Amino acid sequence: MAHVAHKLSIFRGLVTFKSNQQKIWGVLIFLSIVTIIEVVLGIIKPESLMSSFLHMKIINWIFIVLTIVKAYYIAWDFMHLRDEKSGLTGSIVLPLVILIPYLAFILLVEGNYIYDVMFEGFVSWNF
Amino acid sequence: MSTTTVPTSTEDNVWSGGNKPLNSSYGKMMMWFFIVSDALTFSGFLVAYGFSRFKNIDSWPIADEVFTHFPFLHGVDAPMYYVALMTFILIFSSVTMVIAVDAGHHMKKTKVAVYMLLTILGGAVFVGSQAWEWKNFINGEYGAVETKGGQILQFLDAETGKRVALEDFAATIPGDRVQHESKNGLWFYEEAELPSFTVQEVVTGFVNHENLVVKTEQIDESGHKIVLSREGSLQKINQTQYVVEGANLIRNEYGNRLFADFFFFITGFHGFHVLSGVIINCIIFFNVLIGTYERRGNYEMVEKVGLYWHFVDLVWVFVFTFFYLV
Repeated sequence: MAHVAHKLSIFRGLVTFKSNQQKIWGVLIFLSIVTIIEVVLGIIKPESLMSSFLHMKIINWIFIVLTIVKAYYIAWDFMHLRDEKSGLTGSIVLPLVILIPYLAFILLVEGNYIYDVMFEGFVSWNF
Repeated sequence: MSTTTVPTSTEDNVWSGGNKPLNSSYGKMMMWFFIVSDALTFSGFLVAYGFSRFKNIDSWPIADEVFTHFPFLHGVDAPMYYVALMTFILIFSSVTMVIAVDAGHHMKKTKVAVYMLLTILGGAVFVGSQAWEWKNFINGEYGAVETKGGQILQFLDAETGKRVALEDFAATIPGDRVQHESKNGLWFYEEAELPSFTVQEVVTGFVNHENLVVKTEQIDESGHKIVLSREGSLQKINQTQYVVEGANLIRNEYGNRLFADFFFFITGFHGFHVLSGVIINCIIFFNVLIGTYERRGNYEMVEKVGLYWHFVDLVWVFVFTFFYLV
């Protein structure tokens, strides 16, 4: 395979690297920083982020958003999705982006409902 | 370009093979579609975990209280540090893989081999770390008891608020409770391994030690497990049915039974992916060494196995979040 053209800009063109190898190290540093933020938040658990937003603690929303950011950079830069044709990218990413949140939504709502039933029912489950 | 098939008249040759739809070779595209289906499998597991957790939202074990070990630091409470380290190991082995793929594009055989080897090492270290994590999880540290209702009760020192292990307070009651083995049975059945202490020993020891209280599975508003008063503890301890040490697929000392099941299933399935990734990486590594891809004229196999390897890393990022952080 002769050389494939790599797109060397990340963060919407904010940072442009000179070579593909340099970009890899750049992405590694970025992923490490995100992981360190996650771990530090997980250990400190700041009181201000413990309040609830849409049935979940704010800190958990932050974790999930940071995870998706990490997943994006792993897929786009390590797995070279940035260099693929948009048709291929779309056929890979769209089914996942549509199906997974849908599945998560229905099952989490159902889990919450079962919790309510068991909590408010006449039968004691904790004896 | 990798292939010599240049369609002579484009319109006629579209269906006669030899061209690459979406500018991607057959193997690479199939690897991507496998990854998509595997991603859906993993999301099915993780969503099932979320379902069980939402169903038991006020009694689910807190990860920080379960995974507290770090190698060579005995008795030190180190939540999350070890899994964070594992995450870094896996991300780093992902990076060496990308470098190998990049070197493959430039047809640098030695560089590909070196970085493939580093990737394999990283993967092996990760699998080893996971085995260690499992060992700690299965052996447990403090032990607990289970009530008639299937609730796990853990033991705390009321003054320090620290967990107390069963062996530190259980009374010694001489008895002749022997394990039932298949050779003694009328039929070919045997019972599970007996725990180190009988229910009687634990309950008596608890009553004798005035400083002990019970920590329940229930979580209060601020997200901490509810600790009962001494009176409440004494009431609760009478409902003890089993002594639980460590974890298995039936019950575990950390809390809800499903917690250990999901832990074994999801991290086990992921660990199996890492293991198979290491094996596939080894095969590709030896093929690089004997020059298979040098002769073939492209290193696309390295790229394909690299896709799989990154996917394993990607899954770990999610497992890390949903099992250890959230």
